[in-house]
Amino acid sequence: MMFIDPHTHMISRTTDDYEAMAAAGVVAVIEPAFWIGQPRTNVGSYIDYLSHIVGFERFRAGQFGIRHYCTIGLNSKEANNEALAEEVMEILPRFALKEGVVAIGEIGYDEQSDLEDKYFRLQLELAKELDLPVMIHTPHRDKKRGTSRSMDVCEEHGLPPSKVVIDHNNEETVQETLERGFWAAFSIYPSTKMGNARMVEILRQYGAERIIVDSACDWGISEPLGVAKTAKLALERGIPEEQVRLACYQNALDAYGQSGQIKEDDWLNPPAIDQRTLYEGNSILRGGREPKIEEAKIKRSMDELIIE
Amino acid sequence: MAEQPSRLLRTWLQRQLPETAFDWLAGQLEALQQDPSDRKLHIALGMIPRRLGKDDLALSEADLEAAEAARPGWDPRGWSVDEAARILALLAAAGANTGFAERFTALCGSAEVGEAIALYRGLPLYPDPAALEDQAAEGLRTNMRAVFEAVAHRNPFPRERFDENRWNQMVLKALFIGSSLHPIQGLDARANPALAAILIDYAHERWAAGRPVSPELWRCVGPFAVASLLPDLERALRGEDETERRAAALALAASPAAEARVLLAGAGALAAEIESGALTWERLEHDPVAQA
Ligand SMILES: [Zn+2]
Repeated sequence: MMFIDPHTHMISRTTDDYEAMAAAGVVAVIEPAFWIGQPRTNVGSYIDYLSHIVGFERFRAGQFGIRHYCTIGLNSKEANNEALAEEVMEILPRFALKEGVVAIGEIGYDEQSDLEDKYFRLQLELAKELDLPVMIHTPHRDKKRGTSRSMDVCEEHGLPPSKVVIDHNNEETVQETLERGFWAAFSIYPSTKMGNARMVEILRQYGAERIIVDSACDWGISEPLGVAKTAKLALERGIPEEQVRLACYQNALDAYGQSGQIKEDDWLNPPAIDQRTLYEGNSILRGGREPKIEEAKIKRSMDELIIE
Repeated sequence: MAEQPSRLLRTWLQRQLPETAFDWLAGQLEALQQDPSDRKLHIALGMIPRRLGKDDLALSEADLEAAEAARPGWDPRGWSVDEAARILALLAAAGANTGFAERFTALCGSAEVGEAIALYRGLPLYPDPAALEDQAAEGLRTNMRAVFEAVAHRNPFPRERFDENRWNQMVLKALFIGSSLHPIQGLDARANPALAAILIDYAHERWAAGRPVSPELWRCVGPFAVASLLPDLERALRGEDETERRAAALALAASPAAEARVLLAGAGALAAEIESGALTWERLEHDPVAQA
């Protein structure tokens, strides 16, 4: 089975993670622009970061047979630094049309401050102008209210819910998100967001329509195999295969495919120029063998003593 | 000088693209000539692959000859439609703009991979090449092999512009990253003793680690293979790999040392092949782009 992980901060991950993801069947990842742990103090480091995720990271992923896409935006935490935010807003249009940019994101609220609100709205307008989908990061604290408010603001700005992915949902927010017609994404992130056993129960209760599973793996304790492991667990626990395929592959493709920048052909039938430049092809797709999650992890064992 | 190459690029694109796509491009080029602002250029560069696609640029032998005539050394084999159009857009915006090098540097700094490849492939066609040298060298510092090759391969810019140290570093890095040497223009003309010495050290390092060396390495060593280097070539001549043995023979044939003749004579069939012209550096390795 092929998987898409539509929320990964690969800039923080190692090549072992790429190998493990490719071996587990992940064919594409989406890297949302976000906070990198240490606050940026000037627009120059923002430019370099955005250049990195549209440039080198895309190339690095391709070496492991994974297609890399990204979203471009000013995150909510750094929106609170007004001087920085003003300058970042100036440069966003320069990056939003780069190849492989599938949305404006991840944007939204953190503390739900006035500045966060201001830049969230400005970026929704930018998404409308450039006809791009939006990826919304919902806040960790005061989540339920923050999630409702994010959707209110999207509606206020006239964005169709079909072009907006609300991420980091949980049992408390999913119903409203789905009822209002938005895509509901879930981050399988240990301890703080979702576990995959809980995710399986959500699939059982709500089905898979407009539901998207991601790992949100980053520099914290997180799981780059979150999507693949959730799919496996869901199948083991009796969720129909078609629903697993929707939640772990097709829905993300449909939602972000509205950008025109991500297509199944990118990994199944990549253009010759891509094969020569940034995509080495996926060994699973080449060889047709079944995904093996364990294989790529073996070399981290102390029993494998020889380094060549 | 850029005038004629841009006319060729335009002709090739018009021939290959659907009419609506080409009309859109022509409109963009026109607009960039009127108003070569950063904003206009960024949007045009961003939209080009979306509007025109990324097919390979279809070129005949006659097109390649025309390219060579318009700009000696210009080799557009392996270019794609979007790359050609991006370079054309850059040239259109350059017409009325004097700060080309600054703009080129800024564009390279925030380019995605496909964009970076296009920007560097266009190097032989841009105005004020002396001012572009530093950024071209920056392109070689990348870890993205295709970007490195956009500067190093099928590009007359390095042989024309780079000083000896920069040139030697480029050749060595090509070997380091597993790229090939034969698409580097001027490889024989710019061979030099310092490079030969660096490459021999590199070969020793590889052998010490139990790793093979690229047979192409010997091409840059041969003309400077004095007596002290002959044991290394002898070793390669007795190597297990057929291509390596052939490369060593070619290097011996280029060596000024009299003892090299003796070694080569001992290689029997290979010496005869070189004598008859059946074995050359060009025939040693297949060049996928040239074959296509
Ligand atoms: Zn995130």
